[in-house]
Amino acid sequence: MHYNNNAARIKRELLIQLIQLVLEDRLVEGIDRIPYAMTSEPGYQPVRCCVHHDRSILKSRILARLGFSVEDYEDDGTPLSVYAQKALERNHIEGPILTVLDEACNACVKTQFLVTNACQGCLARPCMMNCPKKAVSVVDGRAIIDKERCVNCGICQQVCPYHAIIKIPVPCEEACPVGAIYKDSRGKERIDYDKCIFCGNCMRECPFGAMMDKSQIIDVLLAKKRGAKLAALFAPAVAGQFRASLGKLVRALKQAGFDAVYEVARGADITAEKEARELQERLAAGAAFMTTSCCPAYVEVAHKHVPELAPYVSHTRSPMHYTAELASQEHPEYRRVFIGPCLAKRKEGLADPLVDYVISVEELGALFVALGIDVAEIDEEPITRPATAAGRGFAWSGGVAQAVLEHLPDKKGTIQTATIDGLSRESIKELQAWAKGKTAGQLLEVMACAGGCVAGPSVITNPKVALMQLKKLVQEAQPS
Amino acid sequence: MKELPMYQHKTVKVVVCSGTACYVMGGSELLLLDDHIPSRWKGHVELEGSPCLGFCKNKTQGKAPFAIVDGEVLSEATIPGILKKIEEKLGET
Repeated sequence: MHYNNNAARIKRELLIQLIQLVLEDRLVEGIDRIPYAMTSEPGYQPVRCCVHHDRSILKSRILARLGFSVEDYEDDGTPLSVYAQKALERNHIEGPILTVLDEACNACVKTQFLVTNACQGCLARPCMMNCPKKAVSVVDGRAIIDKERCVNCGICQQVCPYHAIIKIPVPCEEACPVGAIYKDSRGKERIDYDKCIFCGNCMRECPFGAMMDKSQIIDVLLAKKRGAKLAALFAPAVAGQFRASLGKLVRALKQAGFDAVYEVARGADITAEKEARELQERLAAGAAFMTTSCCPAYVEVAHKHVPELAPYVSHTRSPMHYTAELASQEHPEYRRVFIGPCLAKRKEGLADPLVDYVISVEELGALFVALGIDVAEIDEEPITRPATAAGRGFAWSGGVAQAVLEHLPDKKGTIQTATIDGLSRESIKELQAWAKGKTAGQLLEVMACAGGCVAGPSVITNPKVALMQLKKLVQEAQPS
Repeated sequence: MKELPMYQHKTVKVVVCSGTACYVMGGSELLLLDDHIPSRWKGHVELEGSPCLGFCKNKTQGKAPFAIVDGEVLSEATIPGILKKIEEKLGET
């Protein structure tokens, strides 16, 4: 779905308002007003049947922003303030990291092909002639598709000279590369967590904003209020999200309440170095190839869906982990907050004892707005321990393999790299082929998001713009 | 001889706010305006990204993201909205 859409705007508006209330210590008093304040402007056009339905759905959206699962939520008249209080008393983060808002879920009809009025009932009738299941017939001068026989192959759509046949997809199911989304008995979508790889595609693609991540920003703000010191660990992709230098971003994070700030690109430097060593060892031991391991959604794919590939996944830990290690050595008492564009990192963070919270770029952006911080207008903070250009390049497709290669200068020419740029049903087949020996190199870089982390599911900036910004920053980095 | 369009001698300046509030609400998209400018307008539209223009601080101005087209402020700006405004300013409508 296009990056600029109303579902994303509503989510960010909610985040900004919630954060403002927390910062003002007025969350419990103010929270019940939000759905009304957001729908009371003159000229407000309801999205659903009426403004009351919109408000009711906003209530559930707020619950996800507070960090709650909403599958079992029923509006029994309990005000949001009760949930706000519960969030304020919470001490730990709980999975699953995704939640489905049934009331927003459109219960889209099962994927189907439909003949529209544009059908001319033509003489050639390629739809009818080419349907392998004989599901198409022409009645009263117009093609019709027998749903019982149709297997959704799409041939009729491809061959219609009038483009009269359309596909009506279920966007979340179509976006899911691993078939983890299914309909329950009421037609509402459910996530099978045994299959889910937490890539975030469904969240990005649902036109009703029904697939939601659970925010952790309230927990971070609360930790600060309770007196904890915070270390921000910002992912390489975050640097391209604001139109400002790295020094300004670091200072902005400090103004936003983080007591120490770490570039995760420094952890990426460690990952690249270790992965280079591991690759050499594996190849020396006779392995045909190795894959990268920094993309947590890919690691989930390898373990859950292509188990024969799992032995080839590098054992080197991710840049997040190594950066958390650096932070824990310097400031063991600080709470470590990873900030990134990624949903799967929330899952990785839950499993990593060195990472306390994982927040999204959306949440960080909302925090800046709530605090009135304009990153570009902030003074520069000197970057005392910069990452290399290669470490900063982990954010785009090809950047990780490149960084690993830079640690193997004497192997240039002998080690071939390949990339899988985005996980889809097709690219997972490619992964299966690698596992079966159909390899195209010795180092395979896999990124779940096409384009790399700059195109993650929780970014705020158009990936094309973000990539330009990031490349500019990388050029400023020291040569690696 | 074919008559030249009215905007032959005119340039419309588009300023896109790149402040954090506008970015968070999707304003970065607007910096890709050049990809959407029809060829007949080339040379007549000037695009500029600007630090925060300050409109987000005043609720009466509407909502982010903001852009200025030939001096006129657009709130909740989108690429199609900006294109329409340019069209108007160039006298095509």
